[in-house]
Amino acid sequence: MSTATRSVETPANEPSKLVTTLKSSLQQLFVFAALIVVYIFFMIFANGFAAPSILPDILLRAAPIGIMALGATFVIATSGIDLSVGTGLSLAAVMTAWFLGSDFMGLPLPIGLLLALLFGGLIGLVNGLNISFLGLPPFIATLGMMLVARGLALVISDTRPMQIDAPGFRDLSTTTTIPGIPNAAIIFILLAVIAAVLLGKTLLGRYALAIGSNEEATRLSGVNVKVWKTLVYVTAGMFMAAGAILYAARTGVVQPAEGLGMELNVIAAVVIGGTSLAGGRANILGTVVGALLMQTLITGLQMMQVNQSWQFVVTGVIVLAAVFADNVRRSRAAAV
Amino acid sequence: MRRSFKTLVAAGAAALLLSACSGGTPAATPGDTAAPEAGAGDSKGTIYLVSKGFQHRFWQAVKEGAEDAGQEFGYTIEFVGPPSEKDVTIQLDQLETALATNPKAIGLAALDTAAASDVLGKIADANIPLIAFDSGVDSDAPLTTVSTDNNAAAEEAAKKMVELIGGSGTVGLVCHDVTSQTGKQRCDGFKNYITSSAPDVKLLEELVAGSVDEATNAAKSLINSNADIKGIYGTNEAAATGAVQAAIEVNKEGLQVVGFDSGEIQMQAIRDGKQAGAVTQSPVKMGYETVKAAVDAIEGKELPKVIDSGFAWYDAENIDDPEIAANLYE
Repeated sequence: MSTATRSVETPANEPSKLVTTLKSSLQQLFVFAALIVVYIFFMIFANGFAAPSILPDILLRAAPIGIMALGATFVIATSGIDLSVGTGLSLAAVMTAWFLGSDFMGLPLPIGLLLALLFGGLIGLVNGLNISFLGLPPFIATLGMMLVARGLALVISDTRPMQIDAPGFRDLSTTTTIPGIPNAAIIFILLAVIAAVLLGKTLLGRYALAIGSNEEATRLSGVNVKVWKTLVYVTAGMFMAAGAILYAARTGVVQPAEGLGMELNVIAAVVIGGTSLAGGRANILGTVVGALLMQTLITGLQMMQVNQSWQFVVTGVIVLAAVFADNVRRSRAAAV
Repeated sequence: MRRSFKTLVAAGAAALLLSACSGGTPAATPGDTAAPEAGAGDSKGTIYLVSKGFQHRFWQAVKEGAEDAGQEFGYTIEFVGPPSEKDVTIQLDQLETALATNPKAIGLAALDTAAASDVLGKIADANIPLIAFDSGVDSDAPLTTVSTDNNAAAEEAAKKMVELIGGSGTVGLVCHDVTSQTGKQRCDGFKNYITSSAPDVKLLEELVAGSVDEATNAAKSLINSNADIKGIYGTNEAAATGAVQAAIEVNKEGLQVVGFDSGEIQMQAIRDGKQAGAVTQSPVKMGYETVKAAVDAIEGKELPKVIDSGFAWYDAENIDDPEIAANLYE
């Protein structure tokens, strides 16, 4: 189980760490190169794609799914899965509207945003407790939450679109503080940096990877696996809520039935980015690039006037290729 | 670890399947039955309508029209519908329940005709007249179908679009759905009119978007890749709202947006002048005509195969006219 030693390693095996870092950077480099190739392809073949406004626009479009994928990277690092982020986004957006909309509670912006983030954390907490303490498989626990969230979003909103007219709320998305770059793009980048620090420099990230590599060994080494795993899902829930806030801020209207299906794009972004579904290996930069790659493809194909059904085919093929690459890498690692 | 990985992949595949047909889950079942009309003492009997939804304003407007007709013709109206348009099994249960109460007639807006065929057979055996409304029931069972002619309505939208852009220029299309019959007709009707009657209009490849966010992205791509675009047609409220949002995001002045249906957001955009207008169905009339057809069937009158429940164009000027406003719902 060399994958296990890889992330729970001690400074003693420094050379092997160097090798693994190099190997994993190669994978990142590959996805990054793919993004650039695809981007250049569209610059040549899609009318209008070469305009400088397109890159910030892709960041804006990718922000909700990309931010949710940042949180999902931690979950998948533990070899878990979170299917509740799609409809959870709807529910968190509905709650944001509930906290901030003048038709509802009409709270001041900072308080409403904080409550929305905490609410996302609460959804994650329930997921985490169900998985860690009740022992439900992540797939089932989050599948249940997916349905609960979908229902609650419809009930709370009364299946009507909800408007968020809180002053300043919509500035979070398309308004530009730095000329030419929408705020949502900047928030996406900032949250990616935070996620990278959380994964690389904190116990949360280290234990998430350790649990994903070998949960039993991690437990035996004295780590309270149940608590840390729960915290991972709480983190994912808060990132989900942040994505929901930006999603709602773009139009200022929350449609309660829209999130279903997004969870699959979130998982796809994480997997394309090189995070292993088997756990123990995760990569925040990869996740960002994965989300951008998917959005670039969608936007570029739209601008090339390609029949849209092809988008699904192309995205699907890329996911398969990414999982295949991960598979090959792990069987090589196992053979060493 | 390999095994757990395979399990996960299998699980992922299952997730795809589940989310593709995640219907049958009664996650939200608030008020999915309507209380029978009060004061039905001198009623000639019950007409049972099983719709595709209940809470949505559209269905509430259908219910309103049905109850108007019920009062006029002296029948009690029972109006039910599943919580969402994906809850095929709930609708089937409701149809069974309707049959069990042995009503004078049944109206059905089928979510899934194939799934309903068993119950439809039983309804025929019980000699209860069946009227289809909203979308067609793809079988011989219903005596008539009361529905919006989506094709004709979409052609009307195209006609208005051509007028708005002055007869020539580039026009884009954001369709909310190209797999359902309704969605297809709303897309095709528009395209057919442009190709047959407006030779100077260049029609772009249609984009499909199921949500406001996706529609915004799609419309933005249309604008970004076609600097000369003059108008965008969206086949429902979300699609039109996305087109309006896209025009705002890229500062595209003078883009003519034509929509379909009503809804608070779209109506506000039309009032504010951000959207040119939209075609609306007439849900009140649909409810009324369905009950009227049922009454005719009970009385043994001949019915035409299709009854058009009509459509209307509305814009900032006529949005508050009483006959238009009755069909608009927020």
